[in-house]
Amino acid sequence: MTPKGQAPSTGGLTLSFNESNKYKGVITISAIADIFPALIQGVEVTLKVLFASIILGYSMAFIAGFCRLSNNIILRSFTGFYVEVFRGTSLIVQLFWLFYALPMLFNFDIGSNFWAGVLAISLNYGAYMSEIVRGSILSVAKGQHEASTALNMTRFQRMRLVILPQAVRMMLPEFGNYLILMLKSTSLVSLIGMHDILYQGDLLRDANLSQAPTVYLLVLVFYFLMALPLIWLTKKMEAFSKKGVATQ
Amino acid sequence: MSETSVVTNESATESTTNNEDAIVSYKNITKSFGDVEVLKGIDLDIKPAEKVALIGPSGSGKTTIIRMLMTLEQPTSGEIIVDGKNLWHMEKNGELVPATEKHLREVRGDIGMVFQHFNLFPHMTILENCMTAPIHVQKEDKASAKKRSIEMLEKVGLGDKLDNYPSQLSGGQKQRVAMARALVMRPKVMLFDEVTSALDPELVGEVLEVIRDIAKEGEMAMVLVTHEMEFALDIADRVIFLDNGVIAEQGPPSKVLENPDNERLQQFLHRFRG
Ligand SMILES: Nc1ncnc2c1ncn2[C@@H]1O[C@H](COP(=O)(O)OP(=O)(O)OP(=O)(O)O)[C@@H](O)[C@H]1O
Ligand SMILES: [Mg+2]
Repeated sequence: MTPKGQAPSTGGLTLSFNESNKYKGVITISAIADIFPALIQGVEVTLKVLFASIILGYSMAFIAGFCRLSNNIILRSFTGFYVEVFRGTSLIVQLFWLFYALPMLFNFDIGSNFWAGVLAISLNYGAYMSEIVRGSILSVAKGQHEASTALNMTRFQRMRLVILPQAVRMMLPEFGNYLILMLKSTSLVSLIGMHDILYQGDLLRDANLSQAPTVYLLVLVFYFLMALPLIWLTKKMEAFSKKGVATQ
Repeated sequence: MSETSVVTNESATESTTNNEDAIVSYKNITKSFGDVEVLKGIDLDIKPAEKVALIGPSGSGKTTIIRMLMTLEQPTSGEIIVDGKNLWHMEKNGELVPATEKHLREVRGDIGMVFQHFNLFPHMTILENCMTAPIHVQKEDKASAKKRSIEMLEKVGLGDKLDNYPSQLSGGQKQRVAMARALVMRPKVMLFDEVTSALDPELVGEVLEVIRDIAKEGEMAMVLVTHEMEFALDIADRVIFLDNGVIAEQGPPSKVLENPDNERLQQFLHRFRG
């Protein structure tokens, strides 16, 4: 970091930087050893919310994506409305609606903050990803439809054997990106009282404010470590999808 | 090369009249795109095993004619009869009503098509490209479909590429796969839409060679939209010149291509011969 030839003066500067930080709280090894086990407790909750949201979110994406391609105008407009509403408003507000507002208004309880969180994330990301599903299916080349018609396939066979396998290859890279975004958005469930990683971090900070930098550094590290396999998966999916697609 | 096939042309001259034994009959077919009438009343009978070459200037409606038979385009008026069955209409309570998807499927099973841009399925191997439709559409058992597909691919000279993907093949090889894929369905009528015009010149020969072999085998009717006049002269029983949405001249290739009456056809051929 230090350019050669300036050693004395910059050395002094670095030292005073450390000195001044001492009063605000520093990142020390011993603190890390305390915080680490506490955060680990949140990992399970974060992962549970993530996996449930992935399954429900992708299902939602396909259901809504197909509905928007349907010949039925009512189905199409209704799904279009859902997609625009969920893309046009913020996830936090949707989460609070599901957890606080809806139960009070209609006297129905989602049952748990887990399902409220999962539902909000799934519906939100499902709305975004339904556009990917729809767009990918539409961008499979016209010639692919024609060739499968010429082989006398049924509408369903054309979709299942020819169009969808190619469309999915186009969806995968985008889907991968949303996977990582979904992981990051799970931290919002700490706001409805779920004990995920961020919630555990907030607890530690409340207990000892001077540890805040260490706590949040570790929170970052945790999220990044969980994102790594997702990043790897996204790369794999990108590589896979490079093969075998015919676009217009 | 050309002497042998010209001999088989006796039947071609009468085929302009309506024949009950035709495998395909176009009856007063018109087709408009928006306000533009592209086909203005086409009457055309194709006999079983007949080889028909369709020629004409760009935009004259050649592709549209064969796409209507493959059900990729719907006629504006008129009827197409395939093997005695009305393609675009069906009878319901004694009335002719527009065909459903199910009806179209029942009738178009006898038709196959090869496209200018191959349209192979890029996510499937060459072998899967060929065997998918026999298995799923014709409900043939997998082993037999596989065996026939391999034989067909060997016939078009691609027996060593079974597990390759289309992206690994040259244009000429792709088009030969496309032909094998259509042929394993055993159609009674096969449509070819300028199947060599997307190919590099040096690859045209290998594709024409395969078509020539298929044509020699005989029993299948073929409609070829082509700009390869020599080739048409060689394999066609009948050449049809399409101009301004009507059949302007038709007859045996020796007559149509070498001694045409129609002035526009003379000009058209002149441009090709240079
Ligand atoms: N889907 C479509 N929508 C609008 N116009 C169309 C459509 N398909 C074809 N046409 C028009 O119909 C006319 C006939 O087209 P067609 O493709 O049948 O001609 P062609 O004889 O095959 O020409 P080429 O030799 O260039 O392939 C052209 O003017 C074309 O622009
Ligand atoms: Mg054409």
